[in-house]
Amino acid sequence: MSQSYNRGLIEDFGRWREFEAGMWAWIFHKFTGWVLIGYLFTHIAVLSTGIPAAGASQAAINAGTDVYTQTIVSLEGLLLVRLLEVGLLAVAVFHMLNGTRLLLTDLGIGLDAQDKSFYASLILTGAITVASVPTFIAGAF
Amino acid sequence: MSTQIPKQTEESTETDAEAEPASKGDERRAEKRRRAAERREQRQAEEAEKAAADESTVELKVFRYDPQVEGKQEPRFDTFHVPFTKGMTVLDALMYARDTYDSSLTFRHSCRQAVCGSDAMFVNGGQKLACKTQISDLDEPVRVEPLPHAEVTKDLVVDMEHFYDQMEAVEPYFQTNEYPDGELEEQRQDRENREKIKMSTRCIWCGACMSSCNIAAGDNEYLGPAAINKAYRFAMDEREGEEMKQKRLEIIEQEHGVWRCQTQFSCTEVCPKDIPLTEHIQELKREAVKNNLKFW
Repeated sequence: MSQSYNRGLIEDFGRWREFEAGMWAWIFHKFTGWVLIGYLFTHIAVLSTGIPAAGASQAAINAGTDVYTQTIVSLEGLLLVRLLEVGLLAVAVFHMLNGTRLLLTDLGIGLDAQDKSFYASLILTGAITVASVPTFIAGAF
Repeated sequence: MSTQIPKQTEESTETDAEAEPASKGDERRAEKRRRAAERREQRQAEEAEKAAADESTVELKVFRYDPQVEGKQEPRFDTFHVPFTKGMTVLDALMYARDTYDSSLTFRHSCRQAVCGSDAMFVNGGQKLACKTQISDLDEPVRVEPLPHAEVTKDLVVDMEHFYDQMEAVEPYFQTNEYPDGELEEQRQDRENREKIKMSTRCIWCGACMSSCNIAAGDNEYLGPAAINKAYRFAMDEREGEEMKQKRLEIIEQEHGVWRCQTQFSCTEVCPKDIPLTEHIQELKREAVKNNLKFW
């Protein structure tokens, strides 16, 4: 055949929605993994700004006027940060549960129930996230 | 019927061009051909009308592309209304559409009973064996496309060369250097071992798994589920002997071998022969690790 039509890697007939459970699990796992890496670096960067608090006097620390406490308190005062914390928990919990699922898969355990275990980790993530909302949002409004 | 319209214009220009020749015989033949074409067209139009009006028809949307015909080089979808009969498969419907409406509709098929593996297609968003997929199980309209992640040669035909290369790469044939003692002794396999490799022997080389695999799409060197399954079939076969198994493990534990698999389970979902591909790949991973880490 003289030429052939290459449809490319991602084809444009909108088929990306038609994945099976295992594929969704993989996508969510990648996504949550990147979010956690992003969070890790943000975490280090933000907390580094509080390093001078190490040299603060005991009185300042007791009174909560040192730079570390100030940073945390001001961040926790923002509604957006509270909401992001809920999201972070959801992402971390899913990554943990699905990671366990993948470890079991590597050991050859429960391969027949791989879709069920994915749905179970989704539901469990949802439940834990909802349960955490009162703790994270308390006093934010 | 969308396919009928371009055809009609094609026919009429053809007859215009043929009006020129002077020879009487030519003229007569041209006239005859024109009449035959007209009759055929009329019959096709009637069939199409009847089918469209009929309640019990299936609407097929088929991917069309032909690099050799100008005007068909732009990929498009054609709609066919095929009368539904009990037990009709996607392949049956395609064959009806080809035989009744558009003889240029191109697709591979031969045995029509899920043995030859030539008619793997992308039906309603999933890799399916057309001859094994019941129309009654599908939502309408049934959208039929060539296998994704492969180059389309024409209509529903894709280039399988790369898939076959990967299959060949794992040396998919029995080889051993351990022979039984007697001259006429057979190479026997015990029942347990046969059971172990049973599912992996069912592969029909249709390429559905390779097409569904996200990793194989991004990494052209990745052996792919079918080839690894083939490697599993022979690596786990005890008759090949320890030395051959080492050789086979060397092939599958390369950089683009089993370690590329990220257990998305897409291949296992689409396999028309229900081979537990992911399970086999995972087992080979464990074999490879056990082979390299010898703590015991």
